[in-house]
Amino acid sequence: MRKAFHRPVFLIGLFISLALFSVALLSLVWTPFPPTKMNIVQKLKAPLEFGLLGTDQFGRDVASALMVGAWNSLSTSILAVALGASIGTMAGVIVAMRRGWLELIVMRGCDIIFAVPPILSAMMLGAFIGSGRFTAIVAIAVFMVPVFARLTLSAALQIWTRDYVAAAVGMGRSKATITRVHVLPNISNQIIVQVTIQLGLAILTEAGLSFLGLGMPPPAPTWGRMLADSQTFLGQAPWLALMPGLAIALAVLGLNMLGDGLRDLLDPRDDS
Amino acid sequence: MISILVRRILSLVVTLFVVSLLIFTVMGLLPGDPAAIMLGTSASPETLAALQKQLGLDQPLPVRYLAWLAGVFRGDLGQSYTYGVPVAGLIAERLAVTIPLALIAIVISVLVAVPLGVQAARSHNRAFDFVAGLFSYIGIAVPAFWVGLLLIILFSTVPGWMPAGGFPGWDAGLFAGLKALVLPAVALALPQAGVLTRVARAAVLEVMNEDFVRTARAKGLSDGTAIWRHAVPNALVPVVTMLGLQFTFLIAGAVLVENVFNLPGLGRLAYQALSQRDIVVMQDVVLFFSGLVILMNFVVDLAYLAIDPRLRAGAQ
Repeated sequence: MRKAFHRPVFLIGLFISLALFSVALLSLVWTPFPPTKMNIVQKLKAPLEFGLLGTDQFGRDVASALMVGAWNSLSTSILAVALGASIGTMAGVIVAMRRGWLELIVMRGCDIIFAVPPILSAMMLGAFIGSGRFTAIVAIAVFMVPVFARLTLSAALQIWTRDYVAAAVGMGRSKATITRVHVLPNISNQIIVQVTIQLGLAILTEAGLSFLGLGMPPPAPTWGRMLADSQTFLGQAPWLALMPGLAIALAVLGLNMLGDGLRDLLDPRDDS
Repeated sequence: MISILVRRILSLVVTLFVVSLLIFTVMGLLPGDPAAIMLGTSASPETLAALQKQLGLDQPLPVRYLAWLAGVFRGDLGQSYTYGVPVAGLIAERLAVTIPLALIAIVISVLVAVPLGVQAARSHNRAFDFVAGLFSYIGIAVPAFWVGLLLIILFSTVPGWMPAGGFPGWDAGLFAGLKALVLPAVALALPQAGVLTRVARAAVLEVMNEDFVRTARAKGLSDGTAIWRHAVPNALVPVVTMLGLQFTFLIAGAVLVENVFNLPGLGRLAYQALSQRDIVVMQDVVLFFSGLVILMNFVVDLAYLAIDPRLRAGAQ
C-alpha cells in the first residue's frame, strides 16, 4: 500500500478517475441547472457569462450537460466492458482448460471479431434495431470479448504449467475446481488492469458513436453529441467544442494512467 | 516455410469467408425488412413486393448469400439503392480520398513517433522522457474527431488559412487535394503517434544495451550514430507491428474524421449509407473494411515470419 504513494502515474490516474466517478454520481442527485431545460434567451453564452461553462444553442447549461454526460458515458462504458470482460474471461479460462479444437475455434473467432471495428458493427446494428444505448453497449462489448479472451487464455495457460497446479491435478481435483481455486485468483490482477484500460477505450468509442448519432438518443446529453452539435457553431461559440472533448480526453487519460499504475503496483516481479 | 505460408493463406481465406458470412447473416437476420425500411411506411404492398424482388429479398438467405459472394468475386458488389450506381465504382471513387488520408496520417505519425520515442529512450528517466511520456498519454486519450474540431477552429474558422472541410477532388490539382487532407490527417495521426511513441521508446530501450549496439559504440561510433544505425532499425519491427494492429482504430478514426471534415471518403460513405438505409452499400463497405483489417494482420504475420527466424522454426 505504501508503494502506491510513490507512483505519480497511479496517483494522478486514481485522482482523475475518482473525480470522474464522483461527478457522474453527483449528476444523479444534483446539477447546477436542469441539464435539458431550454432557455433560448440565454443561448450561446460564453463561459461565466451564464453558469460556469456557458450555454449551448438552446440555452442549456453546458456544465450541467457535461455532468450528466459523464454519467451517461460512464454507465454505458461500464456495462459494455462488464459484458465483454465476463464473456471474454469465461471463454479464455474454459479454452485454457480444454484446449484442442475449442482453442482453434475461439481464437479464430477472436480474429474475426477484431476485424470489424466497433464503429462499423454499431452502424450495422443501428441500421436495424435503431441506434441507442443498447446498440452502443452491444457493439462495444462485442469488441471487448476477444481482448479479454486472448488475455485470459495466455495468462491462464501460464498458470496451468505451474507446479502447484500439477500437484492439484495429481490430487485428483477436477479441471473446473482448479480453474476456480488456482487459475482465476492468479490472473485476476491482469484482468483488473485490463478492465481499467478498456474502460478508457470504451469511453472513446462511446463518444465516437454518439458523435455519429449512434449513441443515446436526445435529449439525454452525451459528450459525443455535444461535440457533434458544436460543429455548427465553431466560429460563434468555439468553447462548445472545447469542453466535451476535454472531458473525454481527461476521463480516458485518468483511466489509462490508473490502469498503468495498477499494472506497476500489482506486478509481483517488481518489488524494488 | 512453404507449409507455414500455405497454412496462413488457408487460414486467411477461411477467416475472410466467415467474416463475409457473419456480415451477411447479421444484415439479413436482424429484424426489419430492408425494402420496407427503404420505402417508408406509406408504400403500397405492390411496390414493396417489386422492390423485394429487385433486391432479391424474395429468395432464401443462403441463395442470397451465394449470389452476393459470387458477385464479390466478379467485382460486382451490387447496385446502390440511393446512388443508383454500382457499389464497386462508388467504393473505388471514395478510396481515392480515404487511402491518401490514411497514408498521410501513417507517415505523419511515424515521423513524429519514432524520433520522439528514440529520444525518450536515450534520455531514459530524464525530463525529455517524461515529456514524451506525457505526449503519448495525451495522444492516446484524445479522440481524433475532437482534434479535428480543434484544428478547424485553430486553422480555419479563426484565421482562415486552411479549408474547414470538403474535398475539391484530385482534378483540382495535387496541391489543392493535399491541402484539404492535411488537417484531417493530422487529427488522425495524433492518437496513432501517441501509441507508436510508446512502442518505439520501449523497443529502443530494449535493444540499446544489446551487445551489437555496445560493439558499435566500442568501434568508436558516436552515441547517436550507434543508436540510429544499429538500435533503431531493430526497434522498428515492433513499431511496424503496432501500425498493423492499430489499423482497426485508424479505420474507426477515419470514419469519424471524414465526417468532421466532410470528406467524401469510404467512412463517410458508410455513414451516409446508414442514414439512407442503403443496405447493399453498408454490407459491401463493412466487408471491404474488415477484409482490409484481416489482410493487414496477415501481412504483419508474414512480416514477422520473414524477420524472425525463431518464429519460422517454432511454427514448424
